[in-house]
Amino acid sequence: MSLTTIFILTILLLGFLITFQIAKASEYVGILKGEKKTLEQNNRINAFLLILFLVGGLIGVYCCHELFKGKILGEAASDHGQKIDKMLHLTVIITGAVFVLTQVLLFWFAFKYQYSEKRKVYYLPHNNTLELIWTVVPAIFLTVLVGYGLFYWFKITGDPPKDAMVVEVTGKQFNWIMRYPGKDDVFGRKYYKNISDKDDNTLGLIWSDVPELNLKADKAAQDDIVTDKLMLVAGKPVKLIIGSRDVIHDVGLVHFRMKMDAVPGTPTTMWFTPLYTTKEMKVKTNNPDFVYEISCDQMCGKGHYSMKGQIEVVTQAEFDVWMISQKAKYQTAVLDKQKTDKPVADTTAKAAVVNNVAPNTVAVKK
Amino acid sequence: MSNEAITHGAEVHISHDTHHGEHVHHHKETFITKYVFSQDHKMIAKQFLITGIIWAFLGGLMSVLFRLQLGYPESTFPWLEDILGHWAKGGKIQPEFYYALVTMHGTVLVFFVLTAGLSGTFANFLIPLQIGARDMASPMLNMLSYWFFWLASVIMLSSLFVQTGPASGGWTSYPPLSALGGASEGSKTGVDLWIISMAMFVVSSLLGGLNYISTILNMRTKGMSMTRIPLTIWALFFTAVLGVLSFPVLLSGFILLLFDRHAGTSFYLSDIYLASGEALPNEGGSAILFQHLFWFLGHPEVYIILLPAMGMVSEILSTNSRKPIFGYMAMVGSLFAIAILAFLVWAHHMFVTGLNPFLGSVFVLLTLLIAVPSAIKVFNWLTTLWRGNIRFTPAMLFSIGFVSLFISGGLTGIWLGNSSLDIHLHDTYFVVAHFHIVMGVASFFGMFAGIYHWYPKMYGRYLNNTMSYIHFWITMIGAYLIFWPMHYEGLAGLPRRYLDYSSWVSFNQFGGLNRFISIVAMIVFSVQLLFVFNFFYSIFKGRRVTSQNPWGSNTLEWTAPIRPGHGNWPGEIPEVHRWAYDYGKDGREFIPQTEPVGANESHH
Repeated sequence: MSLTTIFILTILLLGFLITFQIAKASEYVGILKGEKKTLEQNNRINAFLLILFLVGGLIGVYCCHELFKGKILGEAASDHGQKIDKMLHLTVIITGAVFVLTQVLLFWFAFKYQYSEKRKVYYLPHNNTLELIWTVVPAIFLTVLVGYGLFYWFKITGDPPKDAMVVEVTGKQFNWIMRYPGKDDVFGRKYYKNISDKDDNTLGLIWSDVPELNLKADKAAQDDIVTDKLMLVAGKPVKLIIGSRDVIHDVGLVHFRMKMDAVPGTPTTMWFTPLYTTKEMKVKTNNPDFVYEISCDQMCGKGHYSMKGQIEVVTQAEFDVWMISQKAKYQTAVLDKQKTDKPVADTTAKAAVVNNVAPNTVAVKK
Repeated sequence: MSNEAITHGAEVHISHDTHHGEHVHHHKETFITKYVFSQDHKMIAKQFLITGIIWAFLGGLMSVLFRLQLGYPESTFPWLEDILGHWAKGGKIQPEFYYALVTMHGTVLVFFVLTAGLSGTFANFLIPLQIGARDMASPMLNMLSYWFFWLASVIMLSSLFVQTGPASGGWTSYPPLSALGGASEGSKTGVDLWIISMAMFVVSSLLGGLNYISTILNMRTKGMSMTRIPLTIWALFFTAVLGVLSFPVLLSGFILLLFDRHAGTSFYLSDIYLASGEALPNEGGSAILFQHLFWFLGHPEVYIILLPAMGMVSEILSTNSRKPIFGYMAMVGSLFAIAILAFLVWAHHMFVTGLNPFLGSVFVLLTLLIAVPSAIKVFNWLTTLWRGNIRFTPAMLFSIGFVSLFISGGLTGIWLGNSSLDIHLHDTYFVVAHFHIVMGVASFFGMFAGIYHWYPKMYGRYLNNTMSYIHFWITMIGAYLIFWPMHYEGLAGLPRRYLDYSSWVSFNQFGGLNRFISIVAMIVFSVQLLFVFNFFYSIFKGRRVTSQNPWGSNTLEWTAPIRPGHGNWPGEIPEVHRWAYDYGKDGREFIPQTEPVGANESHH
């Protein structure tokens, strides 16, 4: 144990002993003074502390807000996010007002009606009018919040626009795999038993016949593009088809204010429209290191806290350039390898080099 | 109805009385029957309480350990390695251990402390004493209820010492993570022990719950109609009903999980390819099914935790304001409404699982409906204080603290229950702040209030006042300092269950705040040690209680002797003539329930 630890423990122990001695002594003092007098004195002190707690607490709430308001919620970067922020503001106002009102009443009443020998309590077992008021008024406010909330909820969870881009996002312990449908705009079929990390088929795409699993090759899978970065276009709606390879993950998009679980065996979807490119956000947030991050928001194992994905939002023109530069996974994982395999058969010297390089590239990709 | 209850109660009371008379004279109590396998509800209550305190200490200690990691993610603490071995290799808490800690912290505090420690203690202690019964309907089952809890505790504790570690998939234990040893070390032996322990716990909870319900319904003394029982009893009654109806569903969920783990079934498993390169044969299961089964208990569970606290707080606020609880029937009605709604809102924990949006909207509506009975309760408590004559005993302070925390945490429930907002806030620190305030700390405050208020009845001595006040104030201030700023972390989207945020561009702005929270958490924890010390010290050395009714209270437990024996009242069980809240009526400070209604007494 380090010296500081021992030091801290000693201080704690001492503090504890002193508190105990004071507590014991004050009990004797209390007995000497008489029960009634002690009670009255404790009562006055605690009543004062309660009102102090209220005032200090409200000031603290204000200071806390001033301190942290710059660190939360920059402008929402998606259309849904803006709706959610608007609702958030309405909810803050309504619940904030109730918070202040009820806390003030609670501590104020406690202070004002503290024990006094002269006070006669007001025998008030019930009052139907009052009870009706505080049943109906909260119900009205809640109806407003529910109505507002559900209006947005159905917009957000409703069907995406027809022209939305579609991308598949798959979670695994502990990273994300993205898939674009390629030139044919169709996601080829996949099957989880066909997944093979060592053959670089991380999604189990059915590129060719697999007799032992009774799978027929799907041509549509052959031009599918698999990446580890999610490229999106500012102003263009995007629908994500979300899945998982192993346990439940969650696609958390804090800047877009969106979130959806990735469940093995049950695909889920979410759609939104990114509003600003990554470059624009660097300016907006005044942070040159800004990136859109995907966080895993559902406990998924020991690497949960580091399960990060990257999104880059670009303009349509930039996206098109990027898309052209991408090769289909089938091309890189199978066809290119077959090409390099051929010379292997010819010269053994080259084969050694290739074999050394190939596993390394796979490792880097991981 | 009420007549029937009265006659029935009288019969029970007579038969029990004669039986008891024989019992006392012919049966000598040994150490074993008095302190270990006791069938006295008061002793069983103390067993639950002290076991709960031990668990609270362990659960709190776990939180101190992971707060150390959260506050100081870059530092190393070599002494941690001395204590914890490979769990803290190089003086740093390892990710597997961090997740084991948060999982155990949640499980222990939710189930072992705030369910068994809270309901177990106060349902056992207060039900017979406040309704006027010699003991529970079945003292034998009651004893078994504790010992099943003890067994659950031993098994859970032993799982901490397993080589691969205890369960570490979160207290909710969602499969597939919790089903597959290949996905997480903790899901090997740890989860098996966790499930077995929880099964024992469910048995304990059912034995207790059935006993509480039958005792309240059948064994009330003469004159104690259902509309005259104190609000504590109503709250404990609804708590027991919630437990009896929802714990079996949880157990069924666990059994299916056990089958998936060991019998090759596919209830929750489908399309899984593990990182080790193995594709599992399971197809067609639904991981979401477990969440439905879990939250069908999980949501009522938060009310199982909260309702007893609400009941005790109602009683303590009224007694110490020297004024009747405002709107007794509305309080009972709102407890009833909460109990019903508790079963109809579980899917609000699942808004972002891909749940059908229309189904989601129904759950939004039902969830926000709970705010109405909650608002009634808050305003009724406020009105109870209004124009009272308040004594700030430690129990009263904790009750006021409870109301304050219930407001703060309850209001953020309105945010989270609204599905659109939940999309952003789900599984962030906002949720952590919300449930710790409204369910964790608030219920702890209710529990503390209960302990401070009924300690004189339990042990015939008082707790030390000065230590009690220090305990209250530091805990109250600390609770807000810890959990209030967490709302801001949540608004910024900080995900829960991360042990290090430094590698994230989006989440690394709260380093200083996390350190602050950790320091306050450690201070608050050490003050709880002061309370524990006060508790055990005062059992032996506390100031003796000299009057039978130290708080000037109306309820029946204060008509029993200062240290009641087994059977509670030496003579006849007292008869009841009025409700429990005649404080300040007709110029009298309090009128006990046993006093007949006077000829000139005013009606209300």
